[in-house]
Amino acid sequence: MPAITFIHPNGRSDRVETSDGESAMQAATRHGVDGILAECGGNAMCATCHVYVDESWLARLPAMADEEDALLEGTASERLPNSRLSCQIHITPALDGLIVRLPERQV
Amino acid sequence: MTASGSPVATDVAAVPHLDVDPFAMSFFADPYPTHELLREAGPVVYLDKWSVYGVARYAEVHAVLNDPATFCSSRGVGLSDFKKETPWRPPSLILEADPPAHTRTRAVLSKVLSPTVMKQVRDRFAAAAEVRVDALLEKRSFDAIADLAEAYPLSIFPDALGLKPEGREHLIPYASVVFNAFGPPNQLRQEAIERSAPHQAYVAEQCQRENLAPGGFGACIHDRVDDGEITATEAPLLVRSLLSAGLDTTVNGIGAAVYCLARFPDQWQRLREDLSLARGAFEEAVRFESPVQTFFRTTTREVELSGAKIGEGEKVLMFLAAANRDPRRWDKPDSYDITRRTSGHVGFGSGIHMCVGQLVARLEGEVMLTALARRIAKIEIAGEPKRRFNNTLRGLDSLPVTITPA
Repeated sequence: MPAITFIHPNGRSDRVETSDGESAMQAATRHGVDGILAECGGNAMCATCHVYVDESWLARLPAMADEEDALLEGTASERLPNSRLSCQIHITPALDGLIVRLPERQV
Repeated sequence: MTASGSPVATDVAAVPHLDVDPFAMSFFADPYPTHELLREAGPVVYLDKWSVYGVARYAEVHAVLNDPATFCSSRGVGLSDFKKETPWRPPSLILEADPPAHTRTRAVLSKVLSPTVMKQVRDRFAAAAEVRVDALLEKRSFDAIADLAEAYPLSIFPDALGLKPEGREHLIPYASVVFNAFGPPNQLRQEAIERSAPHQAYVAEQCQRENLAPGGFGACIHDRVDDGEITATEAPLLVRSLLSAGLDTTVNGIGAAVYCLARFPDQWQRLREDLSLARGAFEEAVRFESPVQTFFRTTTREVELSGAKIGEGEKVLMFLAAANRDPRRWDKPDSYDITRRTSGHVGFGSGIHMCVGQLVARLEGEVMLTALARRIAKIEIAGEPKRRFNNTLRGLDSLPVTITPA
C-alpha cells in the first residue's frame, strides 16, 4: 500500500501506510496524526485538514475543484501556492512516497 | 419491546421487526437502551409502528447519508412522503432537494457561511460570549438553557442574519415546529403545526430582501440573485433555511456542551487547563448528545443495504445519535472525552446534506466555552434538569446551575 509522510511544523514526521481508496486526510486521522483536524469528516466543508504539498509532488496531484479552491481561502494558517485540503487528495499507487507539511494551525 | 425475525413479506425477510416507537415520550426520556436494541437487532431494522426501515449502526447511517441518489431527500427528510402527501410548508430548496437542484442552492449557502466568512465574524462572536459571561458572573445562579444556551445565540445569530429587532421571539418556536414536523403524526407534530401560523407568517416576512440588513447572511443570499446564481423567488426560501436550522440547533448544541461539562467536572478541569480544547469539547458534546437525533430518507429504487433488501419508495430512518455511540465505531462511546478524535461523527450529518451551518455552530460553541472556562472555576448543577420534548431535537428545557468565579 502507498505510504505518505506528514511533516509537522517542528520538523517531526509521521509516515503512514494508506489503505485502498483512502484520502490523505483519512489515512492521517486513522493513524492519529496530530495537526489534521478534519472537523467535517471529509466532506469538503471546513478547511481543517489543510496541508502544504511538497513542491516536487505538487504537479502529480489531480487539479483541485472550485469548492476546494474557495475553502482554501478560509484556512487558519496562510494559504500558499502549494496549499491543498488533504481530504481531497485520494491516494493512488502513483502517490506512494507523497510528502506534505502541516500548517501551524487548523482553526 | 420485542424483536422477531419472522418473515412478513419476502422482501423484508431478513430484516428484524421491532416494536419500538422512537417518537414516544418514554423513548425521549431515555433513548439509550432503545438505541442499543436497534443497533444490536441488525444492520437494518423495520419499525412496525410507523412502517419504516431504520438504521442505527454507524456504518449503515454513514452509507445512507452518502448515497443520496438511492436515499433521496426530495421526498422529505421526515416521515411524510412528499410524493404521497402535501408538505406542511413549501419544501426547503436545500434540505428537501436532490442534485442537481440541490447542488446550486447548496453552493450559495456554503459561500455565505464559508470559513472565510467565519474569520470575519469571529471577533464579534467572541466579544458577545464575553458579554454573556459578564452577565452570568453577576447572577451566579441561573438557568443554563434560557440564560446561556438560548441567550448567547440569540444575542448574535439574528444580528448576523440581519433580522429586524421586532418579532425575534418567533424564531425558536418556529424552529421547534420545523423539527417536530419531521416526526410522525403524533401529538407533538400535530400541536406544533396547529400553532404554527403566527411563526410562519413572521418567518415568511423576514425572508424578504427589504427586511434584511445589508451585509448580513440574509442579504448575502439575496445578493446572489444579482449574480444570477439563484432566482428572486428562491432567495427568501434559502433565507428561511437559516431561520429554520440556524438557531435552535446551536441552542441545543451549546446546551449539550454545558450539560456535559457540568456533569463531568474532570472534563471541565481539563478544559480550564487547556483552553485550546474548547472547540473539541463542543464537537464531542455534539457527538455525545446529538442535538439532531434523526433524519429520514426515501429510497429511489430497490436497494440492498448490508444484506437487507429495501423496496422503492420506502422511508428509512437514520438514528444519528445511535451511530454516534456505536461501539463498532467509537472507543468508550458512552463517555464524554473532550480530547477524543471526533472526526467522522454524524451529529452534523455527512455527505452532500451535511449541516451547511456547521462552521457557525462550531464557532459559537468554541468561543462560548472558551469564555466560560477562562473565567469560571466550577459549574454545579443546582436542581433537576428538565427535558424539552421534540420529535427531532434532543435538549433541555431548563438546567439550573450555580457557578464559582475563577
